[in-house]
Amino acid sequence: MPMEKKIRVLIAKPGLDSHDRGAKVVARALRDAGMEVIYTGLRQTPEQIAETALQEDVDVVGLSILSGAHKTLFPKIMTLLKKKGLEDVMVFAGGIIPEEDVPELKRIGIKEIFGPGTPTERIVQYVLSNISERS
Amino acid sequence: MPLANVEELVKGILTGDRRMIARAISVAENNPLEAQRLIAAVYPRTGRAHVVGLTGAGGVGKSTLAEKIIHEYRRRDKTVGVVAVDPTSPFTGGAFLGDRIRMQELTGDEGVFIRSMATRNYVGGIAKATRNAVRILDAAGKDVVLVEAVGAGQSEVEIVKVAHTVVVMHAPGLGNEIQAIKAGIMEIADIFVVNKADRENAAKTATDIQGILQLGGKEGGWKVPVLKTIALTGEGVAELVDKIGEHRQFLQSGGGTEREAMRIETELVEAVKDKVAEAVFFGLRKREKFQELLKKIIDREIDPASAADELLRKMGID
Ligand SMILES: Nc1nc2c(ncn2[C@@H]2O[C@H](COP(=O)(O)OP(=O)(O)OP(=O)(O)O)[C@@H](O)[C@H]2O)c(=O)[nH]1
Ligand SMILES: [Mg+2]
Repeated sequence: MPMEKKIRVLIAKPGLDSHDRGAKVVARALRDAGMEVIYTGLRQTPEQIAETALQEDVDVVGLSILSGAHKTLFPKIMTLLKKKGLEDVMVFAGGIIPEEDVPELKRIGIKEIFGPGTPTERIVQYVLSNISERS
Repeated sequence: MPLANVEELVKGILTGDRRMIARAISVAENNPLEAQRLIAAVYPRTGRAHVVGLTGAGGVGKSTLAEKIIHEYRRRDKTVGVVAVDPTSPFTGGAFLGDRIRMQELTGDEGVFIRSMATRNYVGGIAKATRNAVRILDAAGKDVVLVEAVGAGQSEVEIVKVAHTVVVMHAPGLGNEIQAIKAGIMEIADIFVVNKADRENAAKTATDIQGILQLGGKEGGWKVPVLKTIALTGEGVAELVDKIGEHRQFLQSGGGTEREAMRIETELVEAVKDKVAEAVFFGLRKREKFQELLKKIIDREIDPASAADELLRKMGID
């Protein structure tokens, strides 16, 4: 009997943030929308994030960051994802990211950036309507 | 990247390509027809890995212990694959896969491959695709494959169908040991672990379990040991890994033949059942006779069981 394909999402927290409430809220919202959400906890290195995305064969990576280190960490993550052949994975980001940094982040391949207080429904909707069809 | 076809996946698995292993496990989860071709191709290369199952109630420390077990195997120069299963919500179909949090330190070690897996409402504490994920990791050359079952504890005993050595975990203060026996979970144990041995009453919990185990007594000469661990610090883990090795020795020197035969028989029967169900689902529904009988059941001209007999006769199965 055919099994239903599920959207798999990695919610990752790069950098040295000391709490992950926001990331968990997003993770739960995506789960409640029927997705399989892998959560890996605080303080993930770019290598851990890219390698987890690979092993878990996710369709989507959501990066959550509060510490302000996105300018150094996000490009590293994007480079590693590419290096591992994961350029078809959709990456979005959330947390505290100044408006002026957004264009550069989009240029390196981050599809969307959600500021603090974004309703989780918006993130869910975004993922559902932007996910590319994979097997 | 264009999707890899089955041949590419098989080649990738056999050369240990991690990306291909990951994609292959997704195929096992999502696409039964391709999965069958894939497993058929790698099956001759399976059977090398020792498959260890970890089960026990939620929060008993399975993932924390898994991490320490993997480290211990790495110290012994063994490569390790992990399948960590968490439940799918029956209401939303979604799942929160959090076992990996405790094993993240190992992500990046090339000798370790960890995959989280949702049950997708398969009952028994693992997912339907767990067995094939284990085979993929086995064929990819992992020396040990560790399966963390869902921590529910009730009748989560499907793990015996995939694991050579089943480690059942308990912790002091988690509840009634007699309850555990009733649920059948203790009968599947090859090794018993009392985790959180840093807590009060750990010794008493171990003695209680030892007492209960003596009542049962597993057939075939393997005496189920009761070990104590502190997964947080790794205490007792080297002894546990030694015991797993001893159990493997026991299985390989003949103690496991019967169990292996039973496992394969069960799988064959299940495969036949699945195929019949598939045939019914796709084939039968299209038949005129099926529609005709449906109507008759609604009109109370025939009961469902007798209608099923009639259909089976028509298919030549009775
Ligand atoms: N005191 C103490 N706490 C422990 C020990 N092992 C694990 N824990 C804690 O127990 C909690 C649950 O540990 P996990 O490893 O996530 O348990 P689990 O069985 O994998 O849980 P599920 O996957 O949710 O069923 C964590 O807070 C651990 O830190 C131990 O030996 N001693
Ligand atoms: Mg766990």
